[in-house]
Amino acid sequence: MVLLVILVPLLLAAVASSWPENRSRPWLLLLGAAAHSVGVVALWIAPEPPFFDGYLFLDPAGKVVLSSTSALYLVTAVYAQGYLRRRAEKDNRVFVSGLLGLLSAMTVVALSQHLGLLWVAIELTTLATAPLIYFNRNARSLEAAWKYLLVSSLGIALALLGTFFIALSGAGAGGPRSLLLDSLVSAGPELSKPWVRAGFVFLLVGYGTKMGLAPLHSWKPDAYGEAPGILGALLAGGVTNVAFLSVTRVFQVARAAGEGGFACEALVGMGLLSMALAAVFMAGQRDFKRMLAYSSVEHMGILAVGLGLGGAAVAGAFYHVVNNGLSKGVLFLAAGNIHRAYGSKRIEDVRGAGRRLPLSGPLFLAGFLAVTGTPPFSPFWSEFVILNGALGTGRWVVGALFLLFLAVIFVGMGATVLKVVQGDDRGAPERPGFGDSWLTAGPPLVLLLAVLALGLWLPAGLARLFHSAAQLVAGS
Amino acid sequence: MASWIDMTFILVVVVDLFLLASSRLGAAIRAVAFQGALLSLLTLLIASPAHDLAHVAIVAGGALAIKALFIPWLMFRAIREAAIRREMEPLIGYVPSLLLGGTGVALAFAFSRGLPLPTPETHSFLVPTALATVWTGLLLVVSRKKAVTQVLGFLVLENGVFVFGLLLTDFMPVMVEAGVLLDLLAAVFVMGIVMFHINREFSSLDTDALASLKD
Repeated sequence: MVLLVILVPLLLAAVASSWPENRSRPWLLLLGAAAHSVGVVALWIAPEPPFFDGYLFLDPAGKVVLSSTSALYLVTAVYAQGYLRRRAEKDNRVFVSGLLGLLSAMTVVALSQHLGLLWVAIELTTLATAPLIYFNRNARSLEAAWKYLLVSSLGIALALLGTFFIALSGAGAGGPRSLLLDSLVSAGPELSKPWVRAGFVFLLVGYGTKMGLAPLHSWKPDAYGEAPGILGALLAGGVTNVAFLSVTRVFQVARAAGEGGFACEALVGMGLLSMALAAVFMAGQRDFKRMLAYSSVEHMGILAVGLGLGGAAVAGAFYHVVNNGLSKGVLFLAAGNIHRAYGSKRIEDVRGAGRRLPLSGPLFLAGFLAVTGTPPFSPFWSEFVILNGALGTGRWVVGALFLLFLAVIFVGMGATVLKVVQGDDRGAPERPGFGDSWLTAGPPLVLLLAVLALGLWLPAGLARLFHSAAQLVAGS
Repeated sequence: MASWIDMTFILVVVVDLFLLASSRLGAAIRAVAFQGALLSLLTLLIASPAHDLAHVAIVAGGALAIKALFIPWLMFRAIREAAIRREMEPLIGYVPSLLLGGTGVALAFAFSRGLPLPTPETHSFLVPTALATVWTGLLLVVSRKKAVTQVLGFLVLENGVFVFGLLLTDFMPVMVEAGVLLDLLAAVFVMGIVMFHINREFSSLDTDALASLKD
């Protein structure tokens, strides 16, 4: 089954790149997503032993990320049917095969127990998505794709150097001489500490670039602003989450080697910086898709703070991984619908979306409430757990800053969202034929209901999973 | 033998400094190709009898074919099609670049003195060379405007990472090293395609034209 969830999307990507007909090609996307979800459910029911010399194994942390990614991907694949039908004039060959390749690469990241393999898979997520940002074939999307590729490649090159540092730290007499997570963690104090510390710094910078933590987020507003909504949803709700998982893997090694204190401080610092920066740039944002990019920077910051705080907050961070994935799906898909119906994403042009798009408009508003942590939606609970973790361990300053940034972001983001949703849409630019349909507005609605359901009732099995993931990563 | 190895490391650093001061793209691409050839040579020179010879040959051959021949050829094609010769207006001038590069080399030596290698086999110049080359690559990417020069900077950065990887040849599985070469190839390949489109859209290879997205 482990092999299946990796190979089926990859195979379908190859099929898609040689599929002759533009109209029927998106079905392959749905087929790949459905097969992947079935595989993930099967892995829940019947866990499998380590595979391929221990390189691939679904541990609790990987399970959280893989499950949320698979669910989000399935919903966006349904959305893609409606979306690509409306964009029938564009050749979708690269788009469909790139998305399927991305699913395969994200799965490898979630399953990988080897830092080298992990790195290769992260690089593949970049290569699979860079051409897709250029889907609209105009100068602006080209600029976004170029920046994304260059900045991500630099980050990934530095991450490789960091991986080499970690490899070297275990190369001494009695060291593990391996990049398998298990042997690195069990070698723990045998690792050369200065090299682990240097490796952690480079890997945090490298994978932090993929996550889009400030100050390494410069690609994010451009890429999310110009990419189709569906790709934005998968980047913000999938790729950044698997990048966070990569950071937790490295954190595990640093903690085992006795560099945990340093790593925690670095994570909390970068996390708070990301939230602060998002708060500043969110206020007065004139472009609602770029605004979502800063929201993504904020939520990566929340994840980093949660991981860095340790203790109970780590389980909250894993809970937040799921919530972030699902609610980013709501926001990006609804924003994509609004963008198409108006032909603009500037708030000067867009108003009255609640009236013109009776589903997508309210969904955008509800998605905003969910993502900013309004009860009863699930992000409220995960942010609450992280805040509790900060206050429970006496980190008053961190807790206070965390709350302050959340409040500022709520106000800043709310102003933009309300301008888009409220008001009278008469006189605003219009593109006929792009109203709400079940295929485009249904998927974000399903995601929103999932976010609501998880907020009202968290199944005991999921709560246990978050705790065992936290146990694995931070021993808490 | 040891002096030959040290000599090659020094040459790699000299190429770094040359690149920082070079304004002609053709010469810069040739220099990067030469650096790639040096890396291939280094792989052979520092191999000890303990290494698996076939493995060493694959890595050296791969480095020569990709870093010294294929990618430079791709870059020459790109500049011929775009008809550009010089990097005219760097963000950081050539003399300040050189000074920054020199500082980087000094810092790289200081840094590697502070980090003792856990492995017994030591080539004292390896770590400083790797770090100085990584620094040069970063500097080139952020301080130059032409897409071609930025790609060259990325290649230099990858070369630095490769030099560091030489420390690990005896225990890293082949897969990871193959991944390194493959990813390098793929990255530049995609960059090349993008560059081609930049050229068509803006009729220049100047990333200054890519400045409409900002807050």
